[in-house]
Amino acid sequence: MKQYSNTKATLALAKASFRSIMRSPSAVVFTLAFPLIFILVFGFLGGGGTHIDVGIAPNSDVNNPVIGTLEKTGMIRLVKNKSQADLTRLLEKGNVDAVIDVHRKINSVAYSVNVAYTSASRDKGGILKSVLNNLFYDKQLKPSVAEIKESTVEGREYKTIDFILPGQLGFSLLSTGVFGTAFVFLSLRQTLVIKRFFATPVKRSSIVIGEGIARIGFALIGALFIILLGHFFFGFTLVHGALTVLNMLILATLGVIVFMGFGFIISGIAKNESMVPPISNIVTLPQFLLSGTFFSIEAFPSWLQPISRALPLTYLNDAMRKVAFEGQGLWDVKQQILILIIWGIGIYAVAVKVFKWE
Amino acid sequence: METKKAIITVNNLVKKYDDFVAVQDLSFEVYENEIFGLLGPNGAGKTTTLEIIETLRDKTSGEIIVDGFSVDKQAQEIKQIIGVQLQAAGYYPNLNLVELLELFAGLYGADIKPMEMLEKVNLQDKAKARYKALSGGQKQRFSIATTLINQPKIIFLDEPTTGLDPQARRNLWDLITDIRSNGTTVVITTHYMDEAEQLCDRVAFVERGQIIALDTPDQLIDNLVNSGFERKKEVKKANLEDVFIHLTGKEWRE
Repeated sequence: MKQYSNTKATLALAKASFRSIMRSPSAVVFTLAFPLIFILVFGFLGGGGTHIDVGIAPNSDVNNPVIGTLEKTGMIRLVKNKSQADLTRLLEKGNVDAVIDVHRKINSVAYSVNVAYTSASRDKGGILKSVLNNLFYDKQLKPSVAEIKESTVEGREYKTIDFILPGQLGFSLLSTGVFGTAFVFLSLRQTLVIKRFFATPVKRSSIVIGEGIARIGFALIGALFIILLGHFFFGFTLVHGALTVLNMLILATLGVIVFMGFGFIISGIAKNESMVPPISNIVTLPQFLLSGTFFSIEAFPSWLQPISRALPLTYLNDAMRKVAFEGQGLWDVKQQILILIIWGIGIYAVAVKVFKWE
Repeated sequence: METKKAIITVNNLVKKYDDFVAVQDLSFEVYENEIFGLLGPNGAGKTTTLEIIETLRDKTSGEIIVDGFSVDKQAQEIKQIIGVQLQAAGYYPNLNLVELLELFAGLYGADIKPMEMLEKVNLQDKAKARYKALSGGQKQRFSIATTLINQPKIIFLDEPTTGLDPQARRNLWDLITDIRSNGTTVVITTHYMDEAEQLCDRVAFVERGQIIALDTPDQLIDNLVNSGFERKKEVKKANLEDVFIHLTGKEWRE
């Protein structure tokens, strides 16, 4: 008799499962359509009303007509009481659009204005520049303003898409992992598909691994699609190009494996298919809202933040953003990866207990 | 049967669920290359017995040998030489018949041509159809196709004709007879006695988890007649099913 091949059986299952997923409307909607809709909405909402955030250098003279006039324009928000180091950091990220330092010139009534712009926010820097130029030529101010010195700090432009896309990607992986796995294993069990499989020499591990390969493959294709669409149509930042994409896909794989664990648990505790969505929502919805998918978790009230910091998606999102925008390597986000792995171990420990084959 | 070599031996099989005895002390043999029928009312333990032989269910006690392999220790070997059609089993969603057969080929580690398998059960026209879109008879024939992938020595068919119309039923009988002619042993359960009489070489009657009779259909009928049994009504030379087939034609439609 020919030697039975577990690998062949696993791959046959992976292929079948992948074909099935690709033809399942709900999988495609959850993995691609939802995240893309959010990316579109936020991608276009991005702009909004223009405000220019201008940092005041710590040793700057505050009571001078230049800053007073800037405040009056209504377009400029002053950021005060920050250390020079903080300001430099904010400037590099584009969180402030410029830093202004005003000194009275020695032995003179005139002021010297030092402005540092950032390449992370050239548009707004440009607006500020023209505002300042207007000041300079303003007849009333002219005698008191002697000179404007300008410099530009090199920084990366941080766009709305850079925040939204990793969050949506994380959400897409979460729903693919949780809903997909839960539905598939429940329905395979209920329609006795798994029982029929057991009448063949296939091993249980082959069924789980085959199904996992298909789902991870599908999730990665979805992730790649979202990343590339974001990059080419919305200017999503990929600091090291293809390497960054690769790092993101590795993180995505880890994420989807962890999230599939939730799916295994749900398929075990749900009695029928109509119970899957409510239980799945208990898992996905809090993470969707609290894990920094739409807003930075720093924006949440302080009592809510510990909850956010307990959720696995928070760390996946965090790691994705660091890798994509700040160009960090996987080793730099080892803390996030470690927490995801700990979550994974915990989830699979429960899954092994509650998962049902028949 | 000329050659009476047992391919399945069941000795003192017992299956207990918590407070319910599904199978009690069942013993029988299935001979090589016969069509063996397990008959009996619902809940008599037919399916449980089959599933224990198929290694899908644990037994409480007893011994089962399938082609020299023990179900206790050599379940994997048994799975490679049997084909199983389950009552009401579904198939992987969203796949067409060819893709499903490819999947099963992988699961059995067999090299097959899906179209050839479909031709065997006369479903080549449905190659691109989903299992769900098939008629009752087509579904059963497809299920039988999946049992043949690993060229098994024995196939188990659990109520394959339940719910089929007379034409589809006769069509399936022909298929099963063909499979047997190719050297495969067939174990079948059914509720239809005419089917058992036509199809089976030997039948076992199962009642409350026990075998109450086992012989060829002919012998069982003779035994009853010899005991003085008479039908209440004079038997006619045809029955209503013959009328149905005569009127609607033998040709099988979907």
